[in-house]
Amino acid sequence: MIGNGAIIAADVAPILEPSSAATGIFAWIWLLIALPLAGAIVLLTTGRWTNRFGHLIGVATVVIAAGLAIAMLIEMMGRSAEARSFEQTLYSWVFAGQFQVDVAFQLDQLSMVFVLLITIVGSLIHIYSIGYMAHDPDRRRFFGFLNLFVAAMLLLVLADNYLLLYVGWEGVGLASFLLIGFWQYKPSAAAAAKKAFVINRVGDVGLSLAIMLMFVTFGSVTFESVFSSAGGASDSTLTWIGLLLLLAAAGKSAQFPLQAWLLDAMEGPTPVSALIHAATMVTAGVYLIVRSNAIYDKTVFAATTVVVIGVITMIIGAVIGSAKDDIKKALAGSTMSQIGYMVLAAGLGPVGYVFAIFHLLTHGVFKANLFLSAGSVMHGMNNGVDMRRFGALRAVMMITFGAFMFGYLAIIGIPPFSGFYSKDKIILAAFEQNTIVGISAVLAAGITGFYMTRMFTMTFLGKARWDDDAHPHESPPVMTIPLIVLAIGSLGLGASLYYWGDIVEWLAPVTGYESRPIAIPTTVLEAITLVIVLIGVAIAVLMYGKSVPIEPPQKVSVLTIAARNNLYDDATNDIVAVRPTWYAARFLVWFDNRIVDGAVNASAAFVGGASGRLRRLQNGFTRSYALVMVIGVIVVFGVLALVGLS
Amino acid sequence: MNPENYIILSGVLFTIGAIGVLVRRNAIVVFMSVELMLNAANLAFVAFARINGNLDGQVVAFFVMVVAAAEVVVGLAIIVTVFRSRRSASIDEPNLLKY
Amino acid sequence: MNAFPWLTTIGVVPLIGSIIVMLLPAARTTLAKQIALLISLVTLGLTIAMALQFNANSTEPFQFVESTSWIPALGISYSVGVDGIGLVLVALATTLVPVVILAGWNDVENAAGKGSVKGYFALLLVLETLMVGVFAATDLFLFYVFFEAMLVPIYFLIGRYGGAQRSYAAVKFLIYSLVGGLFMLASLIGVYVVSARILGEGTFDFLSLVGLEMDSTTQRMLFLGFFFAFAIKAPLWPFHTWLPDAAKESTPATAVLLIGVLDKVGTFGMIRYLLPIFPEASQFYAPVVIAMAVIGILYGAFVALGQNDMKRLFAYSSMSHFGFIALGIFVFTSQGGTGSVFYMLAHGLSTAALFLTGGFLMMRRGGSSLISDYGGVAKIAPVLGGFLLFAAMSSLALPGLASFVGEFLVLLGAFSRYIWVGVIATLGIVFTAAYVLRFYQRTATGPAPAAMVDMPDARGREITSLAPIVLLTLVLGIVPGPVLDVINPAVERTLEIVGVSDPPPTVDIGEGSQP
Repeated sequence: MIGNGAIIAADVAPILEPSSAATGIFAWIWLLIALPLAGAIVLLTTGRWTNRFGHLIGVATVVIAAGLAIAMLIEMMGRSAEARSFEQTLYSWVFAGQFQVDVAFQLDQLSMVFVLLITIVGSLIHIYSIGYMAHDPDRRRFFGFLNLFVAAMLLLVLADNYLLLYVGWEGVGLASFLLIGFWQYKPSAAAAAKKAFVINRVGDVGLSLAIMLMFVTFGSVTFESVFSSAGGASDSTLTWIGLLLLLAAAGKSAQFPLQAWLLDAMEGPTPVSALIHAATMVTAGVYLIVRSNAIYDKTVFAATTVVVIGVITMIIGAVIGSAKDDIKKALAGSTMSQIGYMVLAAGLGPVGYVFAIFHLLTHGVFKANLFLSAGSVMHGMNNGVDMRRFGALRAVMMITFGAFMFGYLAIIGIPPFSGFYSKDKIILAAFEQNTIVGISAVLAAGITGFYMTRMFTMTFLGKARWDDDAHPHESPPVMTIPLIVLAIGSLGLGASLYYWGDIVEWLAPVTGYESRPIAIPTTVLEAITLVIVLIGVAIAVLMYGKSVPIEPPQKVSVLTIAARNNLYDDATNDIVAVRPTWYAARFLVWFDNRIVDGAVNASAAFVGGASGRLRRLQNGFTRSYALVMVIGVIVVFGVLALVGLS
Repeated sequence: MNPENYIILSGVLFTIGAIGVLVRRNAIVVFMSVELMLNAANLAFVAFARINGNLDGQVVAFFVMVVAAAEVVVGLAIIVTVFRSRRSASIDEPNLLKY
Repeated sequence: MNAFPWLTTIGVVPLIGSIIVMLLPAARTTLAKQIALLISLVTLGLTIAMALQFNANSTEPFQFVESTSWIPALGISYSVGVDGIGLVLVALATTLVPVVILAGWNDVENAAGKGSVKGYFALLLVLETLMVGVFAATDLFLFYVFFEAMLVPIYFLIGRYGGAQRSYAAVKFLIYSLVGGLFMLASLIGVYVVSARILGEGTFDFLSLVGLEMDSTTQRMLFLGFFFAFAIKAPLWPFHTWLPDAAKESTPATAVLLIGVLDKVGTFGMIRYLLPIFPEASQFYAPVVIAMAVIGILYGAFVALGQNDMKRLFAYSSMSHFGFIALGIFVFTSQGGTGSVFYMLAHGLSTAALFLTGGFLMMRRGGSSLISDYGGVAKIAPVLGGFLLFAAMSSLALPGLASFVGEFLVLLGAFSRYIWVGVIATLGIVFTAAYVLRFYQRTATGPAPAAMVDMPDARGREITSLAPIVLLTLVLGIVPGPVLDVINPAVERTLEIVGVSDPPPTVDIGEGSQP
C-alpha cells in the first residue's frame, strides 16, 4: 500500500561535515531575517501615518522572503546531498575568554523546510489577516508584531549556534506574548500573555542551562562543534543536556508539564493562533530536539524521556480537545496532541526524526487551515467561539466549510490527505521501537477522529443553534483565498512531499535515518489505524450528529469534567508553583520591612534612645557640672596614683 | 622656711575654693571661690619656681593673673547682666541652657 | 602618551557648568536647564572623543593617565586614568546625565520648602564631575575622596527635591553610606600603613598597591573594610534597605543616577580594588560574597514580586541585578568578570529606561507611584506603553538586548566555576520575568482607571530622552563586540593578578572523538 515502497533502503547516518561557505543566492540568507525585521521596525516606529498601508508592507516583506526561500530551495535541490548545507558568518557577537559566539547562520535541509513553512504559511496568514483585522484600529501594530514574529522564528531556525537560537527562541516568545495580549485591554488576554511568557521562561531556564553545560563540556556552543564532539562527553552530561533541552522544548511546544499556557493563548487573534500557536512557534521544540539529534542519539535515557513526554501530551491534548466547546480551545488541545506525536517521533531516534519533521510540515499546513477556517467562522458569527451556538454553517459558508473539511480529513489521517502519510509514519516508527508507544499513538489517532468529528459536526452540520443576532456570512476573498491554498496543501502536501519531495532522503543527511523491521505488516497496521480512527468518527457522529444542547450538559463523566478543566493543569500549577511563590514573596516583603529594615531602624532607634537618656545629664545646673569636673579630676588622680605616677 | 608648706597652703586654698564653687549659690561668692582657686594655683607655681630655682613658674603665674583679670571682666559682666534681667545672683536659677 | 588631559577636562567641564548655573538668577529656570543640558552634552562629546582614542589592545594598565602630586607627605597624588572597565563606566555616567537632564526638565519647580530649580541642575552637574572622578581615580585616596564627596550632592538631591518622606530617605542613605565609608577609611589607613611597612614608604597609588605582599590575616581584615563600603553602596543583600526608600523618595532623574551609576561604584570597587589589591582575601571570602549575591538575586526578585509601589519595585529589581553583577565578579572567570562589567553598563541603561518611563507615567498621575493606580497605559498612550514594554523587556534581559549579554555571561561564568550556583542563579530569570510582567500587566494592560483616560501620550522631549537609551540597549545587545573588546583585556588582567584561570572544557574540541 501507500507509503511502503518509497522508504529508502539504506540507513543514513547524519553528515557532520562542515558546511560550505554561503555563496551565490545563499549569500542572502541574512536577508530572509532582515526583511520581516525591517517591516516590523517600520510598522512599529512610524506611527499613525502608516496606518493606511502598513499591512501591505508587512505582507510584502514576508512574501518577498518566501520568494527568496523558494529560490534557495530550487538552488539547493540542484546540488548533491553533501553540498546542501551553507554557513554565513556575519560578525563576532559575544565573546569573553574561551566563550566565542558569532552571529552566523546555517541553512541546511532541515532549516530549509522550516524557512519554507514559516515564510509560505506566514505569507498566507499575513494575507488572511488583512481581511480578518480589517476593522481593528490597531491593524498596523498587529502586522508589526507578526513581522517581528516571522523574523524571530527565522532567526531561530537559521542560527548556527545555540545562543543565537536562544535569541530567536525568546524573540518568538516575545512576539507570542505581544500577540496573545494584542487586545491587552481585556484582562483575560493580558493574563494569558503573561502566563505564556512566564511558563516559557521556565523552559528557557532549561535552554540556558543546556547552553552553559555545553560550553562547560565542549568549550563551544555551535551546532557543528557540539555535535562533532558529543561522543567525547560522559553519558550523564549528555543526558543532562538532553533533559534540559527537553525542558526548553516542553515550554515552547506546550508539552507536559508546561502545557498550561497554550489553551489560554487562544485569547490572541485567530491568525496568531494559526501561525504561532499551531503552525510554527509551538513546533520550535520539535526543531530543537531534532536539531540536537547528535545528543539524543547518544543518551537513551533522555530520548526515552522525550518519548514519554510526547505520549503523555499526545493523550492529554486529545482528551482536552474532546471536551472543549470553544472551537479555538478544542483546536489548541488538538495542537498539543499533534505536537505530542512529533515529540514522540523525535524521541524515537533516527527512525523518527524525519517523520517528526514530516508531520510538523503537514500539520503546519492543515492546522493553519483549520484555525483560519475557524477564524472565518468566527468572523461570520460575531466573534463567537462556542460550538454549541454554531451548527449548520455549511450552507452559508461553503468555502470555509470545504477548507475546514479538507483540514479535518487531513488531521484524522484519511488517505490520501496529507495527515495520513505523516501520522502513519510516526505510528509505524513507534511500533518499530516499542509496542506500548505504538498502541498509544493509535489510540490517540482514534481520539483525534472523535474530537475532530465532534468539532466538524457541531460547527457545520446539524441544526442551526445561532444566537439571535448572528448573521453568518462567508468571508471576503482576501480571507478565503489563503484558505483555499491551505486546503489544497492539506490535501496534497503529504503525498507530494513523500513521493516527489523524497522528504526522507532530503532530511536524512541532517537527522540520520534508519528503519527497523516490525512484526506486523505495514499494510495491516495502517488498516487497523484507519479502523480505529473511523470508530472514533462513528462515536462522535452518534453523540453529536443528531442534536447538540446549547448549554453544556452538567451530568457528565468525571473525565469530561476534568477535561473541561484542562485536566486541572492550572490548579496543579497553582499549588506547585504560583501559591508557593506568592507566599514566599509576601513573607519576604514582610521579612524585608520588619526584620532586615527593622534591624536597621532598630539600631538607629537604639542610638537615638541612648542619646536621649544621656543628654539628661546636661541638666543646666552649673554647680553639677562643676561637681562632675571635680569628681573627674579626683578619679584621674586616683587612677594615676594607683598605676603609679612616674 | 620649707617651701613645701607653700604647696600645702596652696592645696588647702584650692580645696576651699573648690568647695566654695560647689556649695555656694551666690554667683559673686562662686566667682570669688574661682579666684581663690586660681590664686592657689599661682601660689603653687611660684612655690615650684622657687623649689626648682628657675623663673618658668613665675612667668606662668603672671599669665594666670592676666587671664584671671580678663575672666573677671567677662564673668562680672555676665553676672551683672543676668542680675539685671532676673533680679537674682543665684547660679541655680539660670538653668535654661540644658539638654 | 596623551598630552591632552582628557579625564580632567571631562571632570571639570560639568563643575564649571554647575557654577555658571548657580550664578544665574533664580527666576531664569529655562536658561539654567538649557545651560545644564548644553554642558552635559559637551561632556558627552568629550567622552566620545576620548573613547575613540582608547586603544583596546594597549598593554598599559591605564590610559589617558595624568598624575600630579597632591599631598606628598602621605604619598597622595592626583592621578587619574582609565582601563576598559573605567572607560565604560565613565561613558555610562556622561551618557546618562544629559538624558536625565532632558527627562527631568519639569521634575522640579521653584516651591517653598524645596530647593531651587537651578540648584537641582547644578547638583546634577556636580554629581557628574564626582562620578567621572570616582571611576577615573587611580589613587586610592583620591577614589575615597570622590566616593565620599558623591554623598553630598545626592543627599541634597534626595533631601531637597524628593517626595514626602524625603528627609527620612536622605538621612538613611547618608548614614548608611557614611558607616560604610568609615570602615573603608579605616581600611584605607591600614593599607597605607601596610604599604609603608612593606615598600618603605607609604603610598595610595593603585598600581603600587597591586601585588603588595601582605600576609593573609592583614589582607582579610583590610578586605572587610572595603567590602563593607562597597556592599552597602552596591547594594548587596542584606545591606540594601536604604535603596528602596531612597529610590522611592528621589525624583526619577536622581534615582537613575543613584542606581544606574552611583551604585555601580560599589561593584566597580570590587573588581577594580578588592580583587587586585587583596587577591588572597578575595578568594577566601568569595563563597560568602557569592552566597550574598545569589540570595540577593532571588530575594530581590521575590520582594519585587510583592511590591505595590513602582519605584520600590524598581529598587528591588536593581538589587536583584546587583546580585548578578557581584556574582560575576566573585566567580573569577573571564565570562563572569566581563559579563559583570557589561551588565553594569546594561543595567544603567535598563534602570534609566524603567525609572524614566515610570517617572513620565507618575507625572501624568499626580506623582502617585502605586501600581494599583494605573492600568491600560498601552491602550491610552501607545508610545509610552511601548517604552514601558521595552523597559520591562530590558529589565528581564530579553535576548537581543544589552542586559542579556551581561546576564548570560555572568551566569555562564558562575556555572562554569560552580555548577549549582549557576543553576540557582539561573532560576532567578523565571522570577524576574514574573515580577516584570506582573508590573507590566498591572500598569499597561486591562481597563484604565477613570483618572487616566485623558492621559496624553509621550511628548517630543520625553521621546527624545528615551530614544538614546532604547537605541543603545538594542545596539549593545546586537553588536556588543566593541564594548567587549574594551572590557575583556581589563578583566583578563584583573584575573591574572588574582591568579586564577578559567576552567577548561571537559571535552577538547580538537580531539572530539566519535564513538
